[in-house]
Amino acid sequence: MTLVQLDQVHKSFDNVQALQGISLRLDPGEVLGLFGHNGAGKTTTMKLILGLEQPSQGDVSVFGLQPSQPHFSQQRFSIGFLPENVAFYPQLTGREVLRYFGRLKRVGPQRCSALLDRIGLAHAADRKVKTYSKGMRQRLGLAQALLSEPKLLLLDEPTVGLDPIATQDFYSMVDELRGQGCGVILCSHVLPGVEQHIDRAAILGNGQVRALGSLSQLRQQANLPMSIRVKSTLARNQLQHELDRLTTLAKGMRPINGSTLEWESDPSNKMQLLRALTQNPHIDDIEFQQPSLEKLYRYFVEDHDEVTPQ
Amino acid sequence: MNAVLTIAHKELKDGVRNRWIVAITLVFALLSVGISWFGAAGAGVVGFTSLPNTIVSLASLAVFLIPLIALLMAYDAIVGEDEDGTLLLLLTYPLSKGQLLLGKLLGHGTIMGLSTLLGFGASAITIILFAENVDTNAVLQAFSSFVASATILGCVFLAFAYCISAWVSEKSRAAGGALLFWFLFVLIFDLALLCILVATEGQFHPDLFPFLLLLNPTDVFRLINLIGFEGDGQGILIVARDLSYGSGVLYCALLAWLLLPLGTAYLLFRRRPL
Repeated sequence: MTLVQLDQVHKSFDNVQALQGISLRLDPGEVLGLFGHNGAGKTTTMKLILGLEQPSQGDVSVFGLQPSQPHFSQQRFSIGFLPENVAFYPQLTGREVLRYFGRLKRVGPQRCSALLDRIGLAHAADRKVKTYSKGMRQRLGLAQALLSEPKLLLLDEPTVGLDPIATQDFYSMVDELRGQGCGVILCSHVLPGVEQHIDRAAILGNGQVRALGSLSQLRQQANLPMSIRVKSTLARNQLQHELDRLTTLAKGMRPINGSTLEWESDPSNKMQLLRALTQNPHIDDIEFQQPSLEKLYRYFVEDHDEVTPQ
Repeated sequence: MNAVLTIAHKELKDGVRNRWIVAITLVFALLSVGISWFGAAGAGVVGFTSLPNTIVSLASLAVFLIPLIALLMAYDAIVGEDEDGTLLLLLTYPLSKGQLLLGKLLGHGTIMGLSTLLGFGASAITIILFAENVDTNAVLQAFSSFVASATILGCVFLAFAYCISAWVSEKSRAAGGALLFWFLFVLIFDLALLCILVATEGQFHPDLFPFLLLLNPTDVFRLINLIGFEGDGQGILIVARDLSYGSGVLYCALLAWLLLPLGTAYLLFRRRPL
């Protein structure tokens, strides 16, 4: 069953067109990355899925039901949501906050304690939330989102304020949930490091879906060049000369430092280049770099002409 | 229903934690015992004078304090949660806006009710224990009605506070709005009525006047605690001495005053952008 389906959804506030015909779907066990700059429509999309707003036009369905209808309430037990900025209740301790939200989701205190452990907040569970750092509050928010073993998880900027290790822990948790069949929608500005944890990416701009698909599909669609780095013991001139002799695909080479050269080429040339370059014994290292999510993002969000493939 | 109780329980716990309950109870107890005992000090008498005098004086005190306390306790009920980001989160939980509002009212109302009962109950007990020649039943009856109507009055102003809280987008504006409501209902309304009376030189339509009093919940509260006594009303209520309203009608009016702003608060909350 499809967890979330948006069909040609429009949403306008007063005279602002926030969404203009968004279509998305999310299946169980899938992680969908939702990317876009501020005002691109990420938050509005989340609110529509959560039933906090009604679409002006088009259909939103979650678990096969309309989330803005009152009878959707029962489904909310299986939805986890981490909002972008939650201060929670500064006067309460982390444990009290989690138990309060737990009661609303009919989850017992043992589960709350287990989650606090899991999220790495057990040591600070009995301190007031106002003493928490941004990262600790974020962890508490995550614990809250995971209270009822959700079937659908919506995360708005989940790793903001988390240190690298906590971020890694967080993503391993997402991977685990995905393995259990939970569908995850992940909104983020922070692009590096997200790649390997998402199945598909939707790039939003001006209330429209600019691109949607797996990363390899997006790469194909954008057809951005990959970069090739070659390291050698030879002097730069000599290396340049050697490369010219080996292949016609080494154009526009730039020196990175004394013994390394870099250039861009179409991704489809990868094997041909590899075969050619490995013939030379003086080449120590070859590095291919696929266009990163950041580059894809720039490509799809900005005017397509601005990034000119070479 | 479970969700309503969960919200109410949290509000009540917050009330204990930030010492609202203790503070209000103490203020009520000190002032009410003081009034019961020294209310007639100006006339050169110390000690309990009469039940009607005491109740009327207590009502005058409550009419100032209870609305103020209720407004202060609840003005940030919705806008505060919004500013902390918890409102958005709560609404993604299996919980409707109506349940959230009812839970808040139940929690805050319990705080008001408990403080009123304990605070004013203290003076009832003092009177029964220490005053001479008092009819215990009469005291209990008068104080029961007093505590019940004071609690409803508190809830009326809690509902006003929710209206303000659902309406505005910043906590500071809600605080300002709360003070404005207090001025309007506690001070300005009666003053305006007096002005009308004076300006028309008492020629004001006699049937219309009692009806006008029903338009202010604080006056309804005072009327409830005035009838049944041959007492002398104070201020504006002197005119209402021989009113035809029974206590049933007055309680209904007070309850209507609770439902009206509560319904308004719900509508405003539903329309509030997130």
